Amino acid sequence: MADAAVQDRVLLPPEPKASLLQSRGMVGFLFMLPALAFLLIFLTYPLGLGVWLGFTDTRIGRDGVWIGLENYQLLWDDSLFWLSVFNTLLYTITASILKFALGLWLALILNEHLPFKSFFRAVLLLPWVVPTVLSAIAFWWIYDSQFSVISWGMIELGIIDMPINFLGDMENARASVIAANVWRGIPFVAITLLAGLQTISPSLHEAATLDGATGWQRFRYITLPMLSPLIAVVMTFSVLFTFTDFQLIYVLTRGGPLNATHLMATLSFQRAIPGGQLGEGAAIAVAMIPFLLAAILFSYFGLQRRKWQQGGAD
Amino acid sequence: MDVVTNAVPRGTAAPDESVGMSYLDRLPRRVVVVYLPLAVFTFVLLFPFYWMTVTALKPNHEMTDFNNYSPFWPSSPTLQHIYYLLFETSYPGWLWNTMLVALGSTILSLAASVFAAYAIERVRFAGSRWTGLAIFLAYLVPPSILFIPLAVMTFKFGIYDSKLALIFTYPTFLIPFCTWLLMGYFRSIPYELEECALVDGASRWQILTKIMLPLSVPGLISAGIFAFTLSWNEFIYALTFIQSSENKTVPVGVLTELVRGDVYEWGALMAGALLGSLPVVLLYSFFVDYYVASMTGAVKE
Repeated sequence: MADAAVQDRVLLPPEPKASLLQSRGMVGFLFMLPALAFLLIFLTYPLGLGVWLGFTDTRIGRDGVWIGLENYQLLWDDSLFWLSVFNTLLYTITASILKFALGLWLALILNEHLPFKSFFRAVLLLPWVVPTVLSAIAFWWIYDSQFSVISWGMIELGIIDMPINFLGDMENARASVIAANVWRGIPFVAITLLAGLQTISPSLHEAATLDGATGWQRFRYITLPMLSPLIAVVMTFSVLFTFTDFQLIYVLTRGGPLNATHLMATLSFQRAIPGGQLGEGAAIAVAMIPFLLAAILFSYFGLQRRKWQQGGAD
Repeated sequence: MDVVTNAVPRGTAAPDESVGMSYLDRLPRRVVVVYLPLAVFTFVLLFPFYWMTVTALKPNHEMTDFNNYSPFWPSSPTLQHIYYLLFETSYPGWLWNTMLVALGSTILSLAASVFAAYAIERVRFAGSRWTGLAIFLAYLVPPSILFIPLAVMTFKFGIYDSKLALIFTYPTFLIPFCTWLLMGYFRSIPYELEECALVDGASRWQILTKIMLPLSVPGLISAGIFAFTLSWNEFIYALTFIQSSENKTVPVGVLTELVRGDVYEWGALMAGALLGSLPVVLLYSFFVDYYVASMTGAVKE
């Protein structure tokens, strides 16, 4: 970056008649203007507005007044809110671990020399491409309490003798939504980690094998360290999007049975839009921010480490 | 590099380096370690699509009767669900709305992102690095915490319950993503090209439109396809900001209008899910490499 700046100075000597339009800052500002205006109006402002709404008693159709921390005090005593926090953490942690383990496994398989490799890579990404709501509708049918194809298959195989009540039972419902989330997330993790695996030179593995390393040792001491910076970033994205998930739950259970699958995002929606309590909904959304910040800081340090490892300054 | 390859005796060098050491594995081992898990993964990941398709083609009496009809194949395939969807519901309108919204927000975001990415990556104004970081952070702000204030705002702006509400709010996640992707792409274009043009007296605008943009067509395609898919798949904004049936997008319409009371029209639901996925799947199948490039690029940069 320093080099580029020096080069620029050589190439573009400050002319005495340089107009405002040729100044670096002005040109940069003009080019940034459309994106900046958009993001300020529709991203930064609503973020602030959301925080402010959390301190008001705004309802749909009525402007609210400042009520201080009252929304947060209500939430503090609200067992449903704490249940949703618990559910969100359970959902995020379980789904992320499964996505990571299965995604890494799939990436390692796809990194092997396979026939029709690009075909597999293309087809296996489909769950991630298709609109979540629409694939969730397919899962809704697969999880049907009477006509589930999974129950049917298991009854035919003699494993169970009653159809499984996938979405009607608390534990089953939690497991079912996590399974659907993992199903959708595996391809993303696998394909991005595969891109990282392909940058690891095979000669490293060959050298390690000549030195007598086992398959597990090669994985543990070559693949994993080389991949870990990418893993940090991929998993941060995965955790972030799982934590704020809304669509899957809204389609499959709407938070039920007995609020066992209510996440913070779905609770926030339920209180704010059908319930009309915009202020309280906004407070729940704001309560998600500390968790998100933790994930982002994690990502930031993951990125820093990567740059340091590569010896890059920029 | 040459020295190393020359040192290997002729005939023993692997012809393709990407093969690595897999030739050392015996076939039975490969079956257990590679092919079997791959088959299971493929089956699990693709089964819901197969099930969706089969259900969409089954007549109603076959759908829930697994004993008299094979569950895995429609014995008398029918197009009645698709016909119902296309001619007796507002589904074609939802498709049209989704298309308009996705195209509108994608074009808007791409245009804004090209300028922003160029400014951050090449104009290098004071604070461009911080702007780049801010763009990345903006990408991490999830819609789930923005939809309530945005609903309030669209209402105040008078665009609530219109396609404009979606076209203006989708860029909140599209612009950061596209800018980030295009920044990475612009970085890969040699600086020298731009320097030559600067020496020849080209303006920044000319450099952008005559040099950078033609060279970054693949990057633009990647960003465009991905942005289109993201807006096609968006749900929470569309669910919150749209009330009237004629303005709904496909994901919202299928979920809110095809489910009536306790009677689930599974055939129509599956047909709706299938048809609604088709445009993005088609787009994806034509541009797989661009899509994968944008997905991995966004994470790697």
